[in-house]
Amino acid sequence: MKQEMVDRLKNDPDFLQLVRVRSKFAWTLTIVMLVIYFGFVLTIAFDPSILGTPLSTGSVTTVGIPVGVAVIVSAFLLTGIYVRRANGEFDELTRRIKDKAKGEV
Amino acid sequence: MKPIIFLLLGSAGIFAAEAISGAVDKQPLNMSAIIMFIIFVGATLGITYWAAKRTKTAKDFYTAGGGITGFQNGMAIAGDYMSAASFLGISALVYGKGYDGLIYSIGFLVGWPIILFMVAEQLRNLGKYTFADVASYRLRQMPIRTLAAFGSILTVVLYLIAQMVGAGKLIQLLFGLDYEIAVILVGVLMILYVTFGGMLATTWVQIIKAFLLLSGATFMAIAVMAHYNFNFESLFATAVQMKDVSIMAPGKLVSDPISAISLGIALMFGTAGLPHILMRFFTVSDAKEARKSVFYATGFIGYFYILTFIIGFGAIVMVFQNPQYLDLAKQAVDGGYPILGGDNMAAIHLSHAVGGDFFLGFISAVAFATILAVVSGLTLAGASAISHDLYASVIKKGKTDGLMEMKVSKIATVILGIVAIFLGITFEDQNIAFMVGLAFAIAASANFPILFLSMYWSKLTTRGALFGGSLGLLTAAVLVILGPTVWVDVLGHADAIFPYKYPALFSVSAAFIGIWFFSITDSSDSAAKEREAFEAQYIRAQTGIGAEGAVEH
Repeated sequence: MKQEMVDRLKNDPDFLQLVRVRSKFAWTLTIVMLVIYFGFVLTIAFDPSILGTPLSTGSVTTVGIPVGVAVIVSAFLLTGIYVRRANGEFDELTRRIKDKAKGEV
Repeated sequence: MKPIIFLLLGSAGIFAAEAISGAVDKQPLNMSAIIMFIIFVGATLGITYWAAKRTKTAKDFYTAGGGITGFQNGMAIAGDYMSAASFLGISALVYGKGYDGLIYSIGFLVGWPIILFMVAEQLRNLGKYTFADVASYRLRQMPIRTLAAFGSILTVVLYLIAQMVGAGKLIQLLFGLDYEIAVILVGVLMILYVTFGGMLATTWVQIIKAFLLLSGATFMAIAVMAHYNFNFESLFATAVQMKDVSIMAPGKLVSDPISAISLGIALMFGTAGLPHILMRFFTVSDAKEARKSVFYATGFIGYFYILTFIIGFGAIVMVFQNPQYLDLAKQAVDGGYPILGGDNMAAIHLSHAVGGDFFLGFISAVAFATILAVVSGLTLAGASAISHDLYASVIKKGKTDGLMEMKVSKIATVILGIVAIFLGITFEDQNIAFMVGLAFAIAASANFPILFLSMYWSKLTTRGALFGGSLGLLTAAVLVILGPTVWVDVLGHADAIFPYKYPALFSVSAAFIGIWFFSITDSSDSAAKEREAFEAQYIRAQTGIGAEGAVEH
């Protein structure tokens, strides 16, 4: 990549918006995932009995079962949320940036 | 000071589920399994022949030409992750300890969203064949490639040993073949797939196996649930009657906060530092397909872990205490209800319980196929580190052509295959439970910090990456050796010098702090240039301008 192009792109409003919006989104989702996972394991480390509580009186199934499955499903949903927005909004911005840069590489 | 409670004290440890260890008895020849396995090998060799005709350039060899779709790659990534050892190991953990098995599998899954949000697209936009391409993008090639290649090869070899030993034992159990023959067979087939078919064959072998494994596991889970009218409460109630109520709650897997955090870091960042996984992102055409790969992979892996949880409970109700699968000789000595071949066979016995001899043969063949596919992916990643990073970039300083590089890669594959066979046989009776854990620790402490900071931190310099990365690698290795898994379990000392099983919290911190310190104190001219080069790299990482494209076939 030529230096002139780097200098122009780093001030390109589309590029700045892409980086700002995507970084914020990616970090937010990362933090959500970290909070869910470390919340889960630290609950186990500090007070495992919470997850060992029966769902209702007399049931064998514990709170931990739906919580565990929810952590798995949340990981999948978070990737889905990211991919949906990235494949639409972010790719559209990227396409605009690339179109402007065409022939400069 | 008395060391804080070890996790799973006295048992094989968390990563042990990834490695089948302990002595096993050879079983009688299992004909239906062997026939189905021969069909699989025939089909995959056919694919290898097809792939060989399409593998002409180095790009074809390393990345299957870059034309794999997101869905296919997601399936292949899931395949890399769903090793035979994790299928049998996690279901065995659920079978043995109930809920703890679920905690274990969740740890392995949650790294994936982080990989998507932080590294997948950037990796695709910056790299060509190996993750070292990205790590060394604006740094000095020689030192960084050498370190990255060293980290890759070490991770791959440790993982390979665990897989080869597991393969030998599993095949002994499932097919009734000799250990040595099994290990040599796996090594030879893997060399054939990789040298002739490169990444294209490796990917398709992985996709087919992932499909077979998911189908087989789905059938088993449905068969189990059908017995209980798809009512989880009655499945769990029966399981609790067979064992006791402790299987429904967290046990000893995660018992203190330091270990919990350290394990989480090892699994998350380790996954994001495994060379054979990172390499898969170069097989797709662009960032969009890279993203889709992770989405599909996370879905398949998450689904697979839910299935293994049901399968583990299914084994408790249908295999545990079932006289058909009881190891009478062992029971006479140890008491209890030991099953034939040990806990790792829980899923295999369950396949027989729900589907008879035919389905047992199918699952056995799938387990063998799984090992083949996983070792092929590992070997390809190791061979690429040797040919692309060490040979082409370090030794030849980039002055070589793709064909020569590909040739070196094939030679490296053959050598790695022979080494894997040799190590597999050498380690037959060794305690290898620590090896996958060590591989993850090194990936998390050396590979990942350099990769991550090279993408995101403008002030990173060669000196920082080299010193900090080496520090992370050494810290991880030393702490694993001084910790309970090696110092006590392997070397037989009474107390561990380092009290924790998982060093990642300490070794990853050491790497990040080391990289930071040796970078900011680096005032050389080359460091200034490296910092300047960040802008151009960042733009390419974010937009994909100038990124490697796919080739048309």
